[in-house]
Amino acid sequence: MSESASPNGISQIRVDYLAQTRRKRMYGGILLLLFVALMVGGFDLADQRNAGGFWDGLHRVFDFPAEVLSEAAEKLALLPGHLIHFAPALLETVNIAGAATLAGALIAIVLSLLSTRGLARWPRLIPVFRRVMDIMRAVPEIVIALVLIFVLGGGPVPAMIAIAFHTAGALGKLFSEVNENADLKPVEGLASVGASWSQRMVLGVIPQVSPNYLSYALLRFEINIRASAILGFVGAGGIGYELKNAMSWGQGKYDEAAAIFTLLFLTIVAVDQASSALRHKLTEGRAQ
Amino acid sequence: MTTATVQAQKLAAEQLFSRKRLFAFGLPTLALAYLLYIFFAFDVLGLTSRASLDNARTLVADSYSYKTHVSRDNRSGTVTVAIEGERKGTYPEGTAPDWVSLGEDTVIDLGNGHVVKYADEEIHYDIPGYGLITANPGRSGVATTFPDGPLPDWINASKNRVTITTDEGRLTITRNRTEVLRYFAGWELFFFTLDSPFHGRSFTDIVGLAVSSDQLEPGQSNLSAMWEDFINNAMWRHGEVFWAIFETILMAFLGTLGAAIVALPMGFLAARNFTPLRSVRFAFRRVFDFLRGVDALIWTIVLARAFGPGPLTGALAILLTDSGTFGKMFSEALENVDKKQIEGVQSTGAKPVQRYRFGVIPQITPVLLSQILYYLESNTRSATIIGAITGGGIGLLLTQAMITQKDWEEVTYYIILVILMVMIMDWLSGILRRRLIAGGEPTKRGKSRFAGAGLKRYLENAPWAR
Repeated sequence: MSESASPNGISQIRVDYLAQTRRKRMYGGILLLLFVALMVGGFDLADQRNAGGFWDGLHRVFDFPAEVLSEAAEKLALLPGHLIHFAPALLETVNIAGAATLAGALIAIVLSLLSTRGLARWPRLIPVFRRVMDIMRAVPEIVIALVLIFVLGGGPVPAMIAIAFHTAGALGKLFSEVNENADLKPVEGLASVGASWSQRMVLGVIPQVSPNYLSYALLRFEINIRASAILGFVGAGGIGYELKNAMSWGQGKYDEAAAIFTLLFLTIVAVDQASSALRHKLTEGRAQ
Repeated sequence: MTTATVQAQKLAAEQLFSRKRLFAFGLPTLALAYLLYIFFAFDVLGLTSRASLDNARTLVADSYSYKTHVSRDNRSGTVTVAIEGERKGTYPEGTAPDWVSLGEDTVIDLGNGHVVKYADEEIHYDIPGYGLITANPGRSGVATTFPDGPLPDWINASKNRVTITTDEGRLTITRNRTEVLRYFAGWELFFFTLDSPFHGRSFTDIVGLAVSSDQLEPGQSNLSAMWEDFINNAMWRHGEVFWAIFETILMAFLGTLGAAIVALPMGFLAARNFTPLRSVRFAFRRVFDFLRGVDALIWTIVLARAFGPGPLTGALAILLTDSGTFGKMFSEALENVDKKQIEGVQSTGAKPVQRYRFGVIPQITPVLLSQILYYLESNTRSATIIGAITGGGIGLLLTQAMITQKDWEEVTYYIILVILMVMIMDWLSGILRRRLIAGGEPTKRGKSRFAGAGLKRYLENAPWAR
């Protein structure tokens, strides 16, 4: 009989186990305390740095929505007209997101293929392309948009380029994760018949991974619609720009603001629903 | 096998081929058509006429170079030397960089033999290969004598104003004022401004001073004096910039974790297997949709009205939007938990709270943490953008610097800091994700700890990447 199984050993194990549990619990407690302290302290700090305090402003949270709603209700008859009036701006916002997603995804496909082990055209440059994607991903859209607005003037193109740039980096990383799971046999087969690198990629890899690509791109489209609305607010056209105008006018144009809120909300929800349904279909189709 | 079935199969195969072919060509054509439509809808051709190359040139030049102004008031004769022509970059009276010699006559050496001299009344500019230009600003205008021959196009002379632009610098003379600009590469006064005793010293000198004990500022160690001068640098305001970065990270941190805290209980209430009441589930799901659908932009606008601009507003806007996102994800994760573990805990006589604590929470923790960390990184970027709208953090500094349209070196500095900030957050969140989920092993996410096959599939299929 071995030592550990003796009654003495078992009680020792029991003591050790309980001690370990206590220690674990203590660590958990300390971590929790630390976390709570961080949250409370951070909240307090943010509150101090804010122009208006949290507790002063809390009862005023609904004042603005109420103002907007009451004015919109007063001029309810004008609402359908506003909705139609702002539809082109909404279309522009959606188009910025759509074109940026498409262009960004195309760049991302190339970048991701160039940075996947086993598929890359120049294996030595894989780290270079990865860093390029990291940097592209790290740049917030607003940075590029503002610089481009200075150079190119306002309008949808700066926003489109800015979002496409970020999208290329973000999708590139996800795409290259997908590529890593691609089966290499078709690629080898194509190589054996003398296909060039681009032929191997287009005929051997893309058909395998395109459902995943599409799924990620759809997700990105949802995000980009929001981004494109925000960029409009800083001067890059679309519905965000109209919203900024209506807001800076203040009272008297809140009915227009309400119409824009409605349009934006409905669009985001509709795109989210449609895209999640499509993505669901894509992943289900793959599982079969 | 009969001929008929072979025929039918062949037909089916051919149909499949033609469908695939149509798809393979149709999709790229559709994409191309859409881009073509965008090309005209966005008026890309008109852009070429609206784009300002001058703006682009100043932006690029300013982002890596700076200019020093040497200007003279022609009436009083006082000469000031100022970096970027700003008050905070002005040399103290009687001092100047070594290429400017003050005295009876001010001699400015622009390099490559270009010398400008502010004599008593006259201004001389000696340009090698062209000749000596003499100007005499007075009440009646700027009387200038040029070397013989037609004026080259880099000289712009009128009765009241003469501008000479060379590769070495630029001389502008008006009736009241004479100014020479000389361009240098780099960021001016990045570490120490002119009033700091550490200005103009070499790197080794600085390091030597940092460890030496003779104090340049009496009563203060050199290192702390250096730090103080650097942080309070009036030109670059490093202290404020670091605060702004911190504020942005704070917004992301409070927003993301606050959202997670709010969303967890709501996630339970929206999950099929924890809330049997269909109406409750439905209500909470619509709440999530609403929070997500309103989006950070509108939340920011609404909240800024109540709380004013600042980091708190940004944090709350992120919190509200992401409560919706997290609520949706958490409820999906909860619907995918493995029942067996809960039943196992139940079989030991555990009460409902204990069942959740020991049967459910350990299962979903990795998924939750990985999502939260992912969003923490992505929200650092969002906080920059929200800061630009609501007026807090580095986003505000960035837009302020851009609106002036001249401090592009500051804009470049902020952009580099933002990119570094996001990359560091990305890196940290990646490390933490791997640590927390794989239990220290740097393997692909979630191999050992996921008991539930459903959860594992959820993890693999749900790209919450943003």
